[in-house]
Amino acid sequence: MGEKVLMKGNEAIAEAAIKAGCHHYFGYPITPQTEIAAYMSKRMPKIGGTFLQAESEVAAINMVIGVSSTGKRVMTSSSSPGVSLKSEGISYLAGCDLPALVVNVQRGGPGLGGIQPSQSDYFQATKGGSHGDYHNIVLAPASVQEMATLTQKGFELADKYRMVSMILADGTLGQMMEPVEIEEVSDNQIEKPWALTGTGMKREHNIVNSLYLKPDLLEKKNIERFEKYKLVEENEVMYEEYMLDDADICVVAFGISSRVARNAVNMARAQGIKVGLLRPITLWPFPKKPLFEASKHCKAFISVEMNMGQMIQDIELAIRCSRPVYLCNRTGGMIPSPDEVLQKIVEVNNGGAK
Amino acid sequence: MNYQPKRITLFAGHYGSGKTNIALNFAFWLKNLGKEVMIADLDIVNPYFRTADSADSLKEAGIRLISSAYAGTNVDFPALPGEMYAITEDKSSFAVMDIGGDDRGAYALGRYVDALNTENNYEMIFVINRFRPLTENASLTMEVLREIEDACGMKFTGIVNNSNLGDLTTAEDILNSLSYADEVASLSGLPILFTSVREDLFSEIAEKSGEEKLLPLKLQRKIVD
Repeated sequence: MGEKVLMKGNEAIAEAAIKAGCHHYFGYPITPQTEIAAYMSKRMPKIGGTFLQAESEVAAINMVIGVSSTGKRVMTSSSSPGVSLKSEGISYLAGCDLPALVVNVQRGGPGLGGIQPSQSDYFQATKGGSHGDYHNIVLAPASVQEMATLTQKGFELADKYRMVSMILADGTLGQMMEPVEIEEVSDNQIEKPWALTGTGMKREHNIVNSLYLKPDLLEKKNIERFEKYKLVEENEVMYEEYMLDDADICVVAFGISSRVARNAVNMARAQGIKVGLLRPITLWPFPKKPLFEASKHCKAFISVEMNMGQMIQDIELAIRCSRPVYLCNRTGGMIPSPDEVLQKIVEVNNGGAK
Repeated sequence: MNYQPKRITLFAGHYGSGKTNIALNFAFWLKNLGKEVMIADLDIVNPYFRTADSADSLKEAGIRLISSAYAGTNVDFPALPGEMYAITEDKSSFAVMDIGGDDRGAYALGRYVDALNTENNYEMIFVINRFRPLTENASLTMEVLREIEDACGMKFTGIVNNSNLGDLTTAEDILNSLSYADEVASLSGLPILFTSVREDLFSEIAEKSGEEKLLPLKLQRKIVD
């Protein structure tokens, strides 16, 4: 372990990526994630890596496709509108079975929206977000330390499953400063026999491509890919439970909302309300099983989100709509306060919530 | 704190080194000395944490705030108001200038350099924190210092040691940072004007270090726990 340093979430992502062997970064500035690019522009020249500010987000994601084809760890980052621009390339990465790390430090939307924090790209991130049958692995950090550790985990999972890992953060996590320790991790644990590294006249050439001329082959490829997704759903779900064992009410929140929700749970517990928190760390694969288990003893659920209610649908599906799921939300760049969440918990506990 | 302020005090330094927080605390400190004070937010780099976030407490204290009309809104626009010239024009008031981070932030200062040099009654302070990744040792810190000086065309006149790890800062961390600050001082030839410490650590550090030039800091903004 290294020494603790004081970092912004955005910087922690950048440094963690470098320490995970990602020496190639392509991006385009946009608030509130610009520090990732700024940090990379200072660090990459010092380690002989590549920092390149592309002419656009579309160009940046296509550069990611190029480097990933060679088997090297590579990343890009943006904020909401920029991720929309990168979506075409993300679908191509999925279609080519290429690993990459894509970071979304979300801001308010839709459209140009605003620069303040938001979680309104949940649907875009977890349901694919671009065209075609595919999934991304979606990781939702809730602290500056997790911005670093999940970035490194994201590279590992991307390589293991040849998928895009997306860090779904928000403007608060990107900008806030907390002490963090970042480890050096190896980038060559996973063999990449598919990579375009030159045949050396010793093997057949590899092909990285998402175009299939025959529909039956494309169908086969998609079915195979979903077999892989099933493995991810079985093996890679991450979540955290807090005071859930005896809870009557289960609050579900990810990322920065979960920090607010946790405070509210503590406040409600102090009032004698049996409430707990389930924090999904992977948003895809979604922690369906632990939520279903919680529905056996929790009489109600509350989804705390910084959007108009997106994850709430996945909670309803996970518990098969067996219990009411209430929404406690702010949107447009606003952050819910612990008091707002507490009020909702009290209402639900009294049976008077809408 | 035993420190003789100049009419204008500028705070510049590495991104995230704590400039805004120190500038605000320094403005309140000046006000408590009975001075007329204005504070100007020249940060055109980061629209998230700004002097303007403390508008209410500044107003209450009677400190004039000069800041972009767009601060705190969704307009991500590097604009400074004409009112900024009050800093160099209105010599009846002390002024604190909060400059944006790194060389990029310091470019905004260029417009005011001639007037600052003509009056020649300013302190340009380099804020340092050894727990920040790109200023973790004295030689890296010197790189940032030179980049900022080159960008704005002004020379620093002193150093403030703001080494901290946020909430986790211990008195030990700050005491351990004193030799780092001394090394930056000796490499740059600049004096250490004061060390800023979180207010709850103030008396412990004052006692252990015997240091008289300490500015106790009240954290100005926190979004979530």
